[in-house]
Amino acid sequence: MILLAIVTIPLAVAVLSAFFRSQRLASAMTFMAAVAILGLSAGAALNVITSPNHLLVAIPHWLALDALSAVILLLVAVVNLTAALFSMGYMHFRDPGGVRRYYLNYNLFVFSMLLVPLIQEPSLVWVAVELTTVFSVLLVGFEDTQEALEAAWKYVVLTIMGAAIALFGFLMLYWAARQADVPHHTWSGLLAVAPQMSPVLLKAAFVFILVGLGAKIGLVPLHTWLPDAHSQAPTPVCALLSGVETTTVLYVILRLLPVVSQAPAIHAHTWILAFGLISVGTAAFLLINVRDYKRLFAFSTVEHMGIIMAAAGLGGASAHAAAMLQIIAHSFTKSFCFYTAGGLLLEMRTRDISSVRGLIRREPFTASALLLGGLAIAGAPPFALFLSEFSVLRAGLNRGQYLAAGLLVIFIAIAFSAIMNHISRMVFGPDEGGGSLRSGSLPLSCKITLIIAAIPVIVLGIYIPGALQKLIALAAAVIGG
Amino acid sequence: MQTFHGMTPLIDHLNALAGGLFIVAALGIVATRQVRACLKFFIFQSISLAASAFLLGARPFSVHLMAVGVINLVTKVIFLPWLLGRLVREEVYTRREINQVLSIPASLLLALLLTVAAYFFCLPWLKAAHIMGAPRINLPVGLAGLLLGAYTLANRREAVPQLLGLLAMENGAFFAGIAIAPDLPLIAEVALAFDLLVFIFVVGVLTRAVHERVGTTAVGALNSLREEGHQ
Repeated sequence: MILLAIVTIPLAVAVLSAFFRSQRLASAMTFMAAVAILGLSAGAALNVITSPNHLLVAIPHWLALDALSAVILLLVAVVNLTAALFSMGYMHFRDPGGVRRYYLNYNLFVFSMLLVPLIQEPSLVWVAVELTTVFSVLLVGFEDTQEALEAAWKYVVLTIMGAAIALFGFLMLYWAARQADVPHHTWSGLLAVAPQMSPVLLKAAFVFILVGLGAKIGLVPLHTWLPDAHSQAPTPVCALLSGVETTTVLYVILRLLPVVSQAPAIHAHTWILAFGLISVGTAAFLLINVRDYKRLFAFSTVEHMGIIMAAAGLGGASAHAAAMLQIIAHSFTKSFCFYTAGGLLLEMRTRDISSVRGLIRREPFTASALLLGGLAIAGAPPFALFLSEFSVLRAGLNRGQYLAAGLLVIFIAIAFSAIMNHISRMVFGPDEGGGSLRSGSLPLSCKITLIIAAIPVIVLGIYIPGALQKLIALAAAVIGG
Repeated sequence: MQTFHGMTPLIDHLNALAGGLFIVAALGIVATRQVRACLKFFIFQSISLAASAFLLGARPFSVHLMAVGVINLVTKVIFLPWLLGRLVREEVYTRREINQVLSIPASLLLALLLTVAAYFFCLPWLKAAHIMGAPRINLPVGLAGLLLGAYTLANRREAVPQLLGLLAMENGAFFAGIAIAPDLPLIAEVALAFDLLVFIFVVGVLTRAVHERVGTTAVGALNSLREEGHQ
C-alpha cells in the first residue's frame, strides 16, 4: 500500500496542478506531496530493513522494494523535497502559465523517477527510464532561450537514441530469459535463471543496455548532452537531474550486474570498470577549462558517475558498499551544489565563473555555501565523498586492481584541484571592477533550502546513522559480493 | 530444420517481404532530402512493422502481436503525422535538406555496409538461441533498422528527420522484438505505446519552440553551447 501511495501522490499533484490556476496552490501542494513522499519512503525503507527477507511487496512480480531500490527511492524523495522547497522561491516571479506547466512537468518527472526503483519487470523499468527523459525535456527547455532549447534538443536526441539501443538490449534479455524458461520476467526471476541463460545472448543484451543507458547516465563518450542540459535547466530541475536522475538510471545497471556476473565469460565487471575509468578521466580534464559554474557541477556529475561505475566494476562487498555510499553522498552533495549555483545565479545574474570574484565580501552567505559545496563535491575530508572515494580506493587495492586504483587517484586529484581552483577564485579572488554586476536577493525559501540541504552534506561525513549503514550493507549485498 | 510453431512457408515468405520493405524504408529515410518524403518513408516503415506483427501473430493466434500491430498503426501511421501537422509549420515539411553531413551516395553505401554488418552481428546470437523461423529474419532486420536510425541521427540536421531517426531506431528494436519477445506482458506494450505518444508530443512541442525562438529547425547547426575544448 505504501508503495502505491508513493507513486500515486505525484501523479495526483500533477493532475491537480494542471487544473487549478493558482500557482501558490501548485507549489504548496508539490511541497506537501514531497513531505508525504519522503515520510512514506522512509517508512518503507525502515520496513525493508526490519522485515526478515528485506523485501516489501506491493503487487507480487510487479511492484516491490528491496534494499537497493530503497536507497534510490529515499534519495529521490529527499532531493524532491529540497527541490520543491527551492522551486517556491525560484519560480515566484514567473508568469502563471509557465509556473503551471512547470509544476505539471515537475511532478510527472518525479513520478517517473519514483517508478524506476519500484518496478520489478525489466521492460517496464525501461519505459519508466524513458519517461524520466520525456517528462524532463520540457523542464530543461523551460527558460525558452536558444541555449535552453538547444540543450533540451541534444538531451532528448542523445538519451532517446540511447534508450532505443537499450530497448534492443532489454528485448534480447527477455529472449534469453524466455529460453531459460523464466517463470516471471522480474529482476529476481532473472537472477534465478541466470545460470541457464545463454551467455552469448546475455552478453549482447548487457552490452546494448550498458551503452544505451550509459548515454542517459552521462558516461563518456555519450555524455556531451549532460553539461548542457544540467546547466540550462531551472535550478531545482538541475538538482534533480544531476543529483538523482543519473543515479536512478545507474541503478538499472547495478540491478543487472548480479545477473550478468553469473556468467564469467561476459566480464561484466571489467566492462563497467573500463566505462567508469574513461568517464572519470575525461571529466577530470574537461573540468579544468570550464567557464560556467553550473557546467562545472555538471561535469563533476560525469566524474562521479564514472567513480560509481568504477567502484561497482571493482567487485566485492566492500567496493559495492563504497559505491552505495558514493551514490548517497553524491546525491546530497550535488543537489546542494546546484542550489548554491542557483542562488548565485539569482544574485549575480551570470553563470560566468570569471565574472564572479571576491564573493565572500559581497555575499557571505552564498559564498560560504559555495565553498562548502565545492569542498564537499571535490571530495575533501571530512565530507562523505572523501570517505566513499577513500573506501573505493582501499577496496581496489585489496582486490589487487592497482592500475585502476592508481588511475582513479590521479583523476580524482586532477578533478579536485580543477574544482577548487575555480571555486576559490570565485570566493576569494580579487574583486576587479566588480560591483558593476547587478545584485539580486535570495528568496527566503531558497535560503531555507540551502540550510536544510547542507545538513546531510555536513553530517554524513562525520556520522552515518545505524539504519543507513544497515541499508547500505543490504544494498551492497543485493549487487552481489 | 525445425519449424517454428505453426508457421507456414507462405507466412514465412511474406514476413521476409515485410522485412525487406522495412529495410528499404530505412534506406529511404537516410537517402531523401525532403522532409515530407522522409515522413512518408517512415510511415511506410511503420506499416511494414505492423504487417510483420500481424503475420507472426496470425498462427498461432497471438493477442499480443495483434495489439502491437494495432498500436503501431495508431501511434505512428495516424497520430504522428496528425500531431506533427498541427505542431510544425507547413514550411518545415517542404524544406529540402541540402547540407547533410555526408553526400547521399556515400550515405547509401555506408547504410548498406551497416545492414550487412547487422546480419553478421546476429549470426552468433541466432546460433546460440537454436531458433529457426521468425527471429532469423526479424533480428538482423531489426538491428539494421536500429543502426540505420542511428546513422540518420548523425547525418541529418533538420529537427523532423532527427525525430524520425529516433522513431526509426525504436521501430528497429520493435521489429526484432515481435519475433524474440512476442509474449511481452500486455501492460508493457500499453506502457510503451503511451511512452511513444508522450515522446512524440514532447518532441513536437520542442520542435515548434525551436522554430519560433531560433527561426530554423536545422537543429544540427545549433552550437551556442560548445565551449570546452573549442577555446
